[in-house]
Amino acid sequence: MTGGTGPDGRSAAIEAFARRHRYRPAEALPWLAALAGYFLFPGYLPLAAQILATILFALSADLVLGYAGIVTLGQAAFFGAGAYTAGIVAAHGWGEPITGLVAAAAAAALVGFLSGLLILRSSGLTLLMQTLVVAAMLAAAANQASAVTGGDDGLQGMEVWPIFGHFAFGLYGRTAFFYCLVVLFLCWLAVRRLVHSAFGRSLTGIRENGARMRAIGAPVMGRRLAVYTISAALAGVSGALVAQTTGLVALDSLGLERSGTVLIMLIIGGVGRLYGGFIGVPLYMIAQDRFSTVEPVYWYFWVGLLMVLLASFARGGVLGLIDQLWRRG
Amino acid sequence: MNSALSAALSVGFHGLAFAMVLYLISVGLSVTMGMMGFINLAHGVFAMAGGYVMTGLINDHGAPFAVAAAAAAVAVALASIPLERLLYRRLYGGDELDQVLLTMGLVFMSGAAAHYLRGPVQQPLRLPHSLSGGVELGFGEFSLYDSLLIVCGALLATALWLGLERSRFGAQIRAAVDNLRMAQSVGIDTSRLFSLTFALGSGLAGLGGGLGSNLITIAPGYALDNLVYFLIVVAIGGLGSIRGPFVAAMLIGVADSACDYLVPQFGAFFIYAMTMALLLWRPRGLFGRA
Repeated sequence: MTGGTGPDGRSAAIEAFARRHRYRPAEALPWLAALAGYFLFPGYLPLAAQILATILFALSADLVLGYAGIVTLGQAAFFGAGAYTAGIVAAHGWGEPITGLVAAAAAAALVGFLSGLLILRSSGLTLLMQTLVVAAMLAAAANQASAVTGGDDGLQGMEVWPIFGHFAFGLYGRTAFFYCLVVLFLCWLAVRRLVHSAFGRSLTGIRENGARMRAIGAPVMGRRLAVYTISAALAGVSGALVAQTTGLVALDSLGLERSGTVLIMLIIGGVGRLYGGFIGVPLYMIAQDRFSTVEPVYWYFWVGLLMVLLASFARGGVLGLIDQLWRRG
Repeated sequence: MNSALSAALSVGFHGLAFAMVLYLISVGLSVTMGMMGFINLAHGVFAMAGGYVMTGLINDHGAPFAVAAAAAAVAVALASIPLERLLYRRLYGGDELDQVLLTMGLVFMSGAAAHYLRGPVQQPLRLPHSLSGGVELGFGEFSLYDSLLIVCGALLATALWLGLERSRFGAQIRAAVDNLRMAQSVGIDTSRLFSLTFALGSGLAGLGGGLGSNLITIAPGYALDNLVYFLIVVAIGGLGSIRGPFVAAMLIGVADSACDYLVPQFGAFFIYAMTMALLLWRPRGLFGRA
């Protein structure tokens, strides 16, 4: 930005601000890749649908982690709340998927709002522990309420109706694929708009220096709570997508491992860039699908090694690496 | 009434033994996290390694109990030094997310390595004959193994406390936790201090994991499955103290044992709810510095 005060400097500044959130051609890449994948690998549509739903989960984590700077190990609480809501609704005679998604988003947002109200004043290790404990409490409660959730055996008897009464969820996963793709696209548009708005800018300010933001009059707690609730709703939608497209909800949807792996996938891609999940999730899940069929246990060794190497030598994930190469070249 | 009292005593005794194991494992984590501000999710790996060394030495090679315990502590402490020098050190004062990524990576690798080396099954600790019975203490009979854990834990806790309060090394640790830059300015070699403290904490975790392997069973999922408990002890106790994790471990150990006895279905839930309440009441833990 040129710092001039004359009419030229002013319009240049406005232009720079406007350009910052204009759509760039590269942003079409993930969607083109998804469509290409549909035609190139028709046998892998069920996996592709899971990848798309998990990208949405990673996007929800990126919103709290990358933009609001809330380090959380409890994002699965919202994923699980959404998955169980959608699952329980569908198992009790209302299998309409879109309203199921809305109900899941509302339930997860409620969990996010209430827990956020309690814990978002904390920071550092305390906050990390509190996010973790919220998810652990929900998991323990879900395990206990086996009459509603099915407990250890998982939720039984989900029946999901066709979308708009027309597109049934078939064996080949075509409906599931496009359903997840469209929902992810809409959520991505909303999140993209959100992070480029004044609200999103204030989140970045709070992440960088909460005390200064408070000093200039930003409602820090309110902003953090709002973004935490929105992120919870998105995670809930992601959980509902997985529940509806697989017909299964189990206790691991609330587990620490799920919170951890989504973080890992996001960090592999790159945090705070909106696109980390679009890179990290497919990399992780496709590699897992390939390697874990050969040697299910040792997959963890190699992914662990990759994580250690990334943390030691390639901070900022794949997107960070691309950035560095770009600048050097 | 009498049976209720004896039940309470036996629950309390067992809880105390569990608490000692939790303390031994977590105290090093608390001190290193307090000193270096490093989010170390891989601390359970050291306890697991200690458990594998100890059960392996006793079950496969018939080593004496005390020798195996000492070997577990020393082996884990020595192994942790290169890990700290090569991997942890690069990330001190860095991004929390990189620390999470590194330490979760270590957890994954260690779980797979344990699975490869010792298989997926649990490794029970075969107790020597002299430790397998119970002891009659006048008001009830108590397991000798639990008694050993309590005695060991109490002795080590006292030794640690004395060492931290009275020794030169302890004073250096306290200085580094209080104010790292100031400690460096007065000429404390903090790089060496970090390595030694890290090794000491890891060795204690190895000892705790080994001694406690009949209470917290040794299996490839150990580091991930028990992570929450170790972190809870550290967070409730408050970072960087020795007293904090002790009180927190007592609280969690006895509460866990009591919940297992009174409301077995809700046990985990109550522990989590208690943790949440304590952290809301004292966000920096019971003995954390403001």
